[in-house]
Amino acid sequence: MADAMTDPGPALEPQRVIDDEIATIAKEYEQAGGLAGELETQPRVDYPPYRSSILRHPTKDLHHADPEGIELWAPCFGERDIDPLEADLTIQDGGEPIGERMVVTGRVVDGEGRPIRRQLVEVWQANAGGRYVHKRDQHPAPLDPHFTGVGRCLTDDDGWYRFTTIKPGPYPWRNHHNAWRPAHIHFSLFGTDFTQRMVTQMYFPGDPLFALDPIYQAIVDPRARQRLVATYDHDLTQHEWATGYRWDIVLTGSHRTPLEGDTEADR
Amino acid sequence: MSTATGSTRLTATPGQTVGPFFHYALPYDGDRELVAPGTPGAVLLHGTVRDGDGNGIQDALVEIWQADPSGRVLQRPGSRRRDGHVFTGFGRSSTDRTGRYVFTTLRPGPVDGGLPFFAVTVFARGLLNRLFTRAYLPLEGAAPDALLTAAGERAGTLECVRDEDGLRFDITLQGAGETVFLSYPGHSEA
Repeated sequence: MADAMTDPGPALEPQRVIDDEIATIAKEYEQAGGLAGELETQPRVDYPPYRSSILRHPTKDLHHADPEGIELWAPCFGERDIDPLEADLTIQDGGEPIGERMVVTGRVVDGEGRPIRRQLVEVWQANAGGRYVHKRDQHPAPLDPHFTGVGRCLTDDDGWYRFTTIKPGPYPWRNHHNAWRPAHIHFSLFGTDFTQRMVTQMYFPGDPLFALDPIYQAIVDPRARQRLVATYDHDLTQHEWATGYRWDIVLTGSHRTPLEGDTEADR
Repeated sequence: MSTATGSTRLTATPGQTVGPFFHYALPYDGDRELVAPGTPGAVLLHGTVRDGDGNGIQDALVEIWQADPSGRVLQRPGSRRRDGHVFTGFGRSSTDRTGRYVFTTLRPGPVDGGLPFFAVTVFARGLLNRLFTRAYLPLEGAAPDALLTAAGERAGTLECVRDEDGLRFDITLQGAGETVFLSYPGHSEA
């Protein structure tokens, strides 16, 4: 790895090495009957094609716990925490950002299909050129002075979230030589229980980089991966204004029977 | 989306790594100060998130969720815009270049007679899905509960250690001293 620090280009492995590893894992999954039963619905934390995961995943089995006490509840956010304007990423810096204006909206529900009401949704993303406003992003694509790529909102009483933003671009990273991430928006979600906390990424339909990306492919089952892909929805597209995408989110089932008034605190 | 009826369960959306670029989105002013430093009863909860080589992880994010000192579970907004008075029970701390996170908070009380603990979530670049664990207050002679008993010789990874700064809870993602991480009913890990 010392070589990679001083002479990064040649030391990085080619895409085909990553492709072969992805294909081998996919084949093993298929041979084990995974596809038929959709045995895996979450990413593997041990997924070597994503090189940064190698030293950062637990090697021991997760320990089963029955949620108790504080774990049966989630943090509560309210209207004093979030300004409604934070849901529009195109109006944050006094000018119009460059790129394809889009709306992304959907429902957040629990495993029983019940809406997650009045709960915090946080998003962050690259700009249209594939550049993050982050000091560690060295991709030589332009920053956009009118776009930070950060947004927040509270879901409504039916679990709906809605953001107006710019479609992010794909960007290069250093997992291997000529590695590119498919365009995505990061989502951070809370439920009604602590155990439902999750962070994920939303992708766009038909991205040619899907097959090459070890983060996306770490969800080994194709049907499970597909749950991260938004749907283009022409009914959400706004005349002469913005394209529209729909993406629904299902959190794990809650363990506590919701009480009337649980979500009333900050209306 | 189909609506579940009866015992039908929808399959949960998969998680993904928090990635390297969350620092301008998730941290916020006051995120790690559940109470202002100097508040009576304030305690420092801190620790280092380490990888399988024992190195600190400088791009991890730790969240805690806890009861108040009397064991009450709070449902009060204000965690993102703290007013300096309301204790909400939620905190978030990114790690520094050594992998250290830090919270200023109050000691949680026991909820429903259980042992007091901080519920902890860990995110990091390179970590493909979030991890859950518990940081129990030092037992100080109390009998271990079902989880600590089941964790056996690894139970120590679930307990805060009292040190000169306050309470230390190190999080080891892999290898020697690997923290006990939790799955809950309804979770399907890969």
